[in-house]
Amino acid sequence: MSEAVIAVALVWVAASGTAVVLTRDPLRQAFVAGFFGLALAFLYLSLQAGDVALSQIVVGAIALPLIVLLSLAKVRKGRE
Amino acid sequence: MSRRARLALFAAAAPALAVTLGAGLAGLPSFGGQITSYARMLSELAPRQRHITDVVSAISFDYRGIDTLFEEFILLSAVAGISVLLRPLSDETRQLPEDKAPDRTIPPPSPAVWLLAVFLSSMLVLTGIETITHGQLTPGGGFQGGVILASALYVVYLGTNYVTVERFQPAPLLEAYDGVGAFGYVFIGLLGLLAGAGFLSNVVGLGVTGNLISGGTIPLLNLVVGVEVAGGFAILASEFLDQTAVIRTRRR
Repeated sequence: MSEAVIAVALVWVAASGTAVVLTRDPLRQAFVAGFFGLALAFLYLSLQAGDVALSQIVVGAIALPLIVLLSLAKVRKGRE
Repeated sequence: MSRRARLALFAAAAPALAVTLGAGLAGLPSFGGQITSYARMLSELAPRQRHITDVVSAISFDYRGIDTLFEEFILLSAVAGISVLLRPLSDETRQLPEDKAPDRTIPPPSPAVWLLAVFLSSMLVLTGIETITHGQLTPGGGFQGGVILASALYVVYLGTNYVTVERFQPAPLLEAYDGVGAFGYVFIGLLGLLAGAGFLSNVVGLGVTGNLISGGTIPLLNLVVGVEVAGGFAILASEFLDQTAVIRTRRR
């Protein structure tokens, strides 16, 4: 049973990681990277690393998208 | 570098990387295989020695406490670096968004958004405090809880506007949190020296396993890390927000 969960998590990580690379628009990439972070958190949780999963959630879902989105907003405003 | 030179460099570097990476990966223990003797020893000893139920907390704040101290200072210097890098430059000026059209008022957010922000931000503060204070009992701790606390301020911004969120996070207070949190870790480490043991020794009463106040210095260190991380991430967010919302190039 736990092997199945880990297998699902690994496939999810591989698929969403590839999706991050294949997304070319930075704005969309920020969202896809958020889902990749969620997949990583699920993988850590399925490997029973609760502390690491929590750190991954707060960094991947809160800190990273915020910084990317605000930087994109700044860059686009400079172009106008 | 020309395309041909880059390809030649890649052709030389790729096999070298493949060989070293392959040799390294071949030496790894098998996936999910045997638990190392160090891990088995710690999960056996830590609950009895430190009266905690989350062994990871005991490792990062006690057995390997000095590593976490350095990580604290990495975060502190990263936040200081961001603050220096994102300051208003000599050809930039701070200008509130409404200054562009003084005769037009910005419509306030709808009551539904406002209510959601009030509800979410208070829940985030509660969750952050819960995560910080239960670090020695359940997964979580100062770092995770600190980021959750700082994210409550983002929600205040989403539900209101720039001026309101600036009232909630005066820069001197955030900087004080960041500095006091980082210093607090060193201070708790020095308690060990004062008690005649080593730096960062667990010299405070350990309490009963499973209680909220247990684990000696582990909850105290979680608390100061939480204060530092909350201040640091709030500074980070407000510096980036300043760049987007109010700092613009001065017209010549």
